[in-house]
Amino acid sequence: MTKKVEVKHLTKIFGRHVGRAKEMINEGKSKDEILAKTNSVVGVHDANFDVNENEIFVIMGLSGSGKSTLIRMLNRLYEPTDGEILLDGESITKFDKKELRDFRRKKMSMVFQNFALFPNRTIIENTAYGLEIQGVDKETRHQKAHECLELVGLHGYDDRYPNELSGGQQQRVGLARGLANDPEILLMDEAFSALDPLNRKEMQDELLDLQSHLKKTIIFISHDLNESLRIGDRIMIMRDGEIVQIGSPEDILQHPKNDYVEKFIEGVDRTKILTASRVMIRPDVINIEKDGPRTALRLMKDNHNSSVYVVDSEHHFKGLIDAKDVIKQIEDDKRDLESILRTDVPTTTPDTPIKSLLNDISKTSVPFAVLDDNDRLLGIIIRSSVLGAISGNEVQNNG
Amino acid sequence: MANLFSLTMQPIPFADWINSFVNWLTQFVGFFNGITDFIGAIVNSFQWVFDLLPVWLFIILVLGITYWALHDSKHWGLMVFELIGLVLIYNQGYWRDMTQTLTLVLTSSLIIVVIGIPLGIWMAKSHTVKVIVKPILDFMQTMPAFVYLIPAVALFGIGMVPGVIASVIFSLPPVVRMTNLGIEQVPTDLIEAADSFGSTGWQKLIKVELPIAKNTLMSGVNQGMMLALSMVVIASMIGAVGLGSEVYFAVGRNNAGSGFTAGFAIVILAIILDRVTQAFNKNKKH
Repeated sequence: MTKKVEVKHLTKIFGRHVGRAKEMINEGKSKDEILAKTNSVVGVHDANFDVNENEIFVIMGLSGSGKSTLIRMLNRLYEPTDGEILLDGESITKFDKKELRDFRRKKMSMVFQNFALFPNRTIIENTAYGLEIQGVDKETRHQKAHECLELVGLHGYDDRYPNELSGGQQQRVGLARGLANDPEILLMDEAFSALDPLNRKEMQDELLDLQSHLKKTIIFISHDLNESLRIGDRIMIMRDGEIVQIGSPEDILQHPKNDYVEKFIEGVDRTKILTASRVMIRPDVINIEKDGPRTALRLMKDNHNSSVYVVDSEHHFKGLIDAKDVIKQIEDDKRDLESILRTDVPTTTPDTPIKSLLNDISKTSVPFAVLDDNDRLLGIIIRSSVLGAISGNEVQNNG
Repeated sequence: MANLFSLTMQPIPFADWINSFVNWLTQFVGFFNGITDFIGAIVNSFQWVFDLLPVWLFIILVLGITYWALHDSKHWGLMVFELIGLVLIYNQGYWRDMTQTLTLVLTSSLIIVVIGIPLGIWMAKSHTVKVIVKPILDFMQTMPAFVYLIPAVALFGIGMVPGVIASVIFSLPPVVRMTNLGIEQVPTDLIEAADSFGSTGWQKLIKVELPIAKNTLMSGVNQGMMLALSMVVIASMIGAVGLGSEVYFAVGRNNAGSGFTAGFAIVILAIILDRVTQAFNKNKKH
């Protein structure tokens, strides 16, 4: 994975006595102390992170956590007090006025929380704004803008004004405007926070859908953990201007770094995030090509199980055999397992969220088998491991 | 105690200082003559057009402009009022006075727009300029308007031009203030949006700030125009002709009748100017 954006020691202090505040922060003084002494507010302190190409990187935090300040430093709407931002290895922080303008025009665009559409411009004019200021002729820019509006699913509103559109529609325009100049990076500042829950979910789906074929690098700000977990490839949690944890949604759910993150994720519906591969355990298996009934029975006895999973030499899933059938085979002095193989075992893929399996898991007595694309057995899902994962405890990958 | 007493007995010579300042200014006679000629040219061209227009054509033009300005919502009442009002002014024999007053107001309005709007924008962009200009505006607005007449006469002579100058000084502040306010009120996220797409300062001003500030800005212009109109009687004291001088003469002759009829003519003109500029402001789609 290539690093698209690298942020190094980024700090922003608001106020008049920035120098003094910087000294104090290096001495390890608290933000309240700095505010009291120098009347300066520390927005972001010593942020270090990378954003990979083509990922959705979510910066999450409550209000006052510095996330909006941070995102505004990335396109230098706010000048960083300290630190460096690199785009493809090139320093954004060193750009002069003209370079910065070119960078904003071609490389990075922004979508705003309250849409920030220009009320005096029609939808098509709003969408084409970024191209207009670059001097693209009217026909070309309107055609491109029209394509972008179609892309975000807004048809027939080209000549309307923003105040004639609903919130969801307005943010589609905001998104289309951000896409129109074909940037490499899209900054989305709480882009869906002003929308009602239904619209928000729809826009999240749209964004994921768009991202699957546009492949932009998206830096998304959110205060909503469920949203972050839903759309983020990786999530960075911020608090009081500092980074608390960076990781994939599953990382954060399974290994919260401290009490703060733990408290944050308390109310999350884990079943939506956790996938089959996260809750599966490694079963003991027998190889149908070399093992016989006695091996199977011993394995079951060792594990206190009444059944065992069966694979071939390449670990392809074959099915399951029950203890009573094995015992019967032994009594009958037969060696083959093929005849007693049960194939009515429920199976699933490793990426399936466990939410969609919960119903079936509760109904069937046998564990789910998790198979890869080539039908190889990766693991099985038993009820206790699902419960453990939902409650936030680590699944033990035994065996 | 004795010192304090002598201090109160010996006035600080402010008046002398101001007089010598005005005297000092008169040495730049070429500069002030230039301004006088320039403003005089504007005044004359307005007056030339108004004198050229037949009364009926003038009335039709006013009605036409009103009709166009009101394009969405037709207030026929205003147009009927204009028709009756203008005919009445003609009937009372104040037609030329009315056009002279209109010339004074339009010339002043033109100048306050040309000076006031850029100054208001500059104030919004630069804190230093704001700190300097604000007290000057306060001074201009609170100083009694009569006072301006004195240096205006010294520097620009008598007639329409010093009248225009005095009107401009009096009616400039609201245009500057409202422009400044309008630009400052443009929502932050729109500014950020304009910046984030890489607008230059000019592009941001022309494409975003001015269009959004337009309504506030236009009400400043409207206010300025009304203030300029309120100066016509005062301006007539230094020789600005028009309805104002009719009122001024009526005061001298103690003639309430002609004073009020000329006054009514000013009111009619004021209402027409006010409503038409407001109509321009309101009905333009944003």
